[in-house]
Amino acid sequence: MANTLFTEQTLAEQRPILFRYALLQLRDSELADDAVQETLLAALQSSSGFEGKAGLRTWLIGILKHKIADHWRRSAREAVAPVFGGTDEDDGEAEEDDYFMSNGHWIGGPKAWADPEAALKQQEFWTIYEICQTNLPPKMAKVFMLRELVGLEAVEVCRETELSEANYWVTMHRARLRLRECLEIHWFNNTKQEKHHA
Amino acid sequence: MRSCRDISSLVSQGLDKKLSLRERFAVRLHVMMCTRCRNFQTQSQFIRKAARHYTDDLQSRLGKKS
Repeated sequence: MANTLFTEQTLAEQRPILFRYALLQLRDSELADDAVQETLLAALQSSSGFEGKAGLRTWLIGILKHKIADHWRRSAREAVAPVFGGTDEDDGEAEEDDYFMSNGHWIGGPKAWADPEAALKQQEFWTIYEICQTNLPPKMAKVFMLRELVGLEAVEVCRETELSEANYWVTMHRARLRLRECLEIHWFNNTKQEKHHA
Repeated sequence: MRSCRDISSLVSQGLDKKLSLRERFAVRLHVMMCTRCRNFQTQSQFIRKAARHYTDDLQSRLGKKS
C-alpha cells in the first residue's frame, strides 16, 4: 500500500525551495526546473527510501543533489564552478575580533545607513551586493545562501553543511557582520576609511 | 550586562530562531541605548530583505530565454 509519510501535495510544497536550490547551482531556470521535476518523480517512485527521520526536505535535497551531479557529469561545462562547492576550513581567519574589542565593544561598528530602501531599486547596488556576497569565505557563503536565498531552516542548513548548531550561529553572525560591513563601505558610505581585511 | 558582541550575536540568532523571553528582553533593553547594535539589527533585517530580492531577481533573470 502507498505510504502515508508524504503525498503529492506535500511534495509540491517543497518545490519552490528545491527550485531555488537547483537554480543557484545550475544557473539556468529550465535546467533547474528539470532537475526538480526529476527529483519529485524519483521521490514518488522510491517513497520507500524515505524514512522520515531526516525530514522530507532533507531527503529531497539529497535526491536533488544527485540529479545536479548527473547534470554536471553529462554536460561538458565543468568550467562552471558549482556555487556550493566550497569546503574551506575558514576558521582561524575572520575572527569576530575583527569587529569587537576584547571587552566585547564594537570596533568602529555599524553606522546609520541613509535610505536603504532606495538602494534596492538601483542596479549598481545589486552589483555591489553580489560582490559582497561572493566575497564571503566559501563555507560561510554556502551557509548564508542556504538560509537566506534558498530558504532552508537553520537545522536543515546544519545538516546540509555538517555544522554544529553552535557553529551555525557563529557563522551566520559573521556572515551578517561581513556583509553589513562590505555594503557599508562600498555602498552606504562610499567615502571610505582604512580597512584591515580585504 | 551583556556586551555588544553578545547582543549582536543574539540579534543574528533571533533572525533564525525564536529567542527566549529573557534574551529578547536583553536585546530590547540594550538596543534602546546602543545605536550601533540598533543599526546592526536593522541592517541585518535589511540584508535578509535584500537577499530575497536578489533571489527573486535571479529567478527572473535566469528564466529569460535567449
